[in-house]
Amino acid sequence: MADLLDRKLLFVTGKGGVGKSTIAASLALLASQRGKRTLVGEVDAKGNLADFFEVGTTSFEPREVSPGLFAMSMDTEESLKEYLSLQLKVPFVARLGPLARTFDFVANAAPGVKEILTIGKFLWEVREGSFDLVVVDAVASGHITGQLAAPQAIQELVQVGLVRDQTGWMLDMLGDPAQTGVVIVAAPEEMPVNESLELVERLEAETVVDLAAVVANRVLPELFSRGEEEVFERLDEPEMADPLARAVGGPVEQVLDGARLAVTLRRTRGVHLARLRTELPPRTPLLYVPYLFQRSHGARATNQVAAHLSEELGY
Amino acid sequence: MARNRSSAAATSSMEQLLAAKEIVIHCGSGGVGKTTTAAAAAAMAAVHHGGKVLVLTVDPARRLANALGLEMFGNVETRVPAEAFSEAGVEPRGELWAAMLDTKQSWDDLVRRHAPDPTTRDAILANPLYQNIAGRFVQSHDYIAMERLYEIHASGTYDLIVVDTPPTRNAIDFLEAPERMADFFSSRLLRWLTVPARSRVLNMASRPFYSVADRILGSKFLEDIAEFFLLFQTMYDGFVDRAHAVTRTLADKRTTFVVVSTLESAPVREAEFFIDALEERRLHLGAVVLNKVLPAWFLDRDATAVAQELCAKGEALASELPESLGPPEQVGRVLHEVGESYLNFQVVAKREAEMRAELSASPEVVAAVPYFDHDITDLAGLLELGERIWR
Repeated sequence: MADLLDRKLLFVTGKGGVGKSTIAASLALLASQRGKRTLVGEVDAKGNLADFFEVGTTSFEPREVSPGLFAMSMDTEESLKEYLSLQLKVPFVARLGPLARTFDFVANAAPGVKEILTIGKFLWEVREGSFDLVVVDAVASGHITGQLAAPQAIQELVQVGLVRDQTGWMLDMLGDPAQTGVVIVAAPEEMPVNESLELVERLEAETVVDLAAVVANRVLPELFSRGEEEVFERLDEPEMADPLARAVGGPVEQVLDGARLAVTLRRTRGVHLARLRTELPPRTPLLYVPYLFQRSHGARATNQVAAHLSEELGY
Repeated sequence: MARNRSSAAATSSMEQLLAAKEIVIHCGSGGVGKTTTAAAAAAMAAVHHGGKVLVLTVDPARRLANALGLEMFGNVETRVPAEAFSEAGVEPRGELWAAMLDTKQSWDDLVRRHAPDPTTRDAILANPLYQNIAGRFVQSHDYIAMERLYEIHASGTYDLIVVDTPPTRNAIDFLEAPERMADFFSSRLLRWLTVPARSRVLNMASRPFYSVADRILGSKFLEDIAEFFLLFQTMYDGFVDRAHAVTRTLADKRTTFVVVSTLESAPVREAEFFIDALEERRLHLGAVVLNKVLPAWFLDRDATAVAQELCAKGEALASELPESLGPPEQVGRVLHEVGESYLNFQVVAKREAEMRAELSASPEVVAAVPYFDHDITDLAGLLELGERIWR
């Protein structure tokens, strides 16, 4: 297995609400901590990637948010302008009012154009060698294959023209597992696991991109070892309530209820986690990130998740 | 179940809301349980209010289909079998129906309805650009969901339609989708695009646009686009009228929105954003449903003291307990873990309580659905959830 962070381009995706952006931010942070010049880019216009580093806002122009770590937000209009001025040597394009205004419509009308401007920018950064690693906080699992398959769609639909000419090298890079991979983030719950497994199949069928790793995020801690669990069950029996309350000097019922809820949640989620593990293609790296009780978002969480990922990757 | 009643004028319960409204739109960020709460609300209405109730989902969730006692359901509305209800031990007063949004199929239906003649219809359906747009054009998904809702409502087949919304990049996208679609079809750009096919004389204004577009996309592709839109323009009037009608339906008195959220920071932020967006557009916010909420007893003061004691003195306490429990060392570790776990979840529960207080600034029904420690796999499970949001 190629080391995850030795690839050049990682697309991080997953079902909404599983912590996709947290993982993207943390992977990028970890890579930069390990001496790689890293770019992390978000493609959603939501603009909350900045929150994961506490740096205000990010824009199309990459900015250094910590040593060796650069962050940017995708803006397809800017990407088009950059592309035109770099590739086509069309200097007047910046002043082309109607183009800017009507771009959105054309991009929507011509399928795949917006997508290719998005992934094209990241692919281009990799090709230029400006970064050792580019991590993309990509679209959610429902839309990711459409985005990654855009170069093929363009090849099928557009017979000539400069956009088409670009698709060849893009497909080569996307299809090279040494360079490019997808990281799927799943929470250990039923629907996110289902959607992740479905996505694995669709990636294989609809795109040329390799599955690099799956991250199981927010995994609850195992409270008890096997022997301890039996002790807990005996402790939880009604006749223990009084001696326990006497020893502790207060009502224990709710505290025991809390532990029981934690055990049950861990157990039901464990079933989904086991399914994820067994149904993934063999040799797919599966990384576990624990549930963070104290802070779920922000720079603190990003740091902690990066540390856990580092451990999981054996660094 | 706690409920916010800070305003006497506010809706008093979900059951009243569902009795009064004809269209209920569940929205919120991804993964918060929109589909499940929509199905639960619809099932409750079918059981208690009767009539014909439809749950329309955009989420192809096999699990929901199974929970409703169906193999799978698609674009065509399917009735939930009576056995599913009898297995759950209830006798519904009405009927529950389910349908899933199939974007491509719905677009095809729309084209069939609006195409001026069979030749144009077939030309559109066969156009490769159309096929791509219908399947991939992200906004088309938002639009078609609202369009389909409008169509089903107008057909007069159901007393109540409960719908969940597509996972949009931006929560308000689907609210604006109908108007955007209307704008799109009446835009000058569309006319520019279709100029070369109409006449070879290029409008001066569009020339720089063409020269650039030509170099990027190639003229053949531009012609394909032009042909496609020329065909589509034949449906212009029908489309624009329709899009406006869909917008009116969203704003109608008989339509309400239910915002679903968990109490994690990102979904709450999106829920707040959505509540503001509804208010701005003068759309009706009927309820806020908080899903997967930790039980309030995690905040109990006495229990907290006990948990701290267990955490700190596990082993010492173990020696005071009957030996039948197990070796004191092991019992001590268990007691420590029990206390630690309670305190860990308490931090989350406190954070949730704060989030909830911030969200409750809006006076709507705030129904809290507790964390279910099991997955919902049948109608009984849906109704159990439904009970928590009903009164």
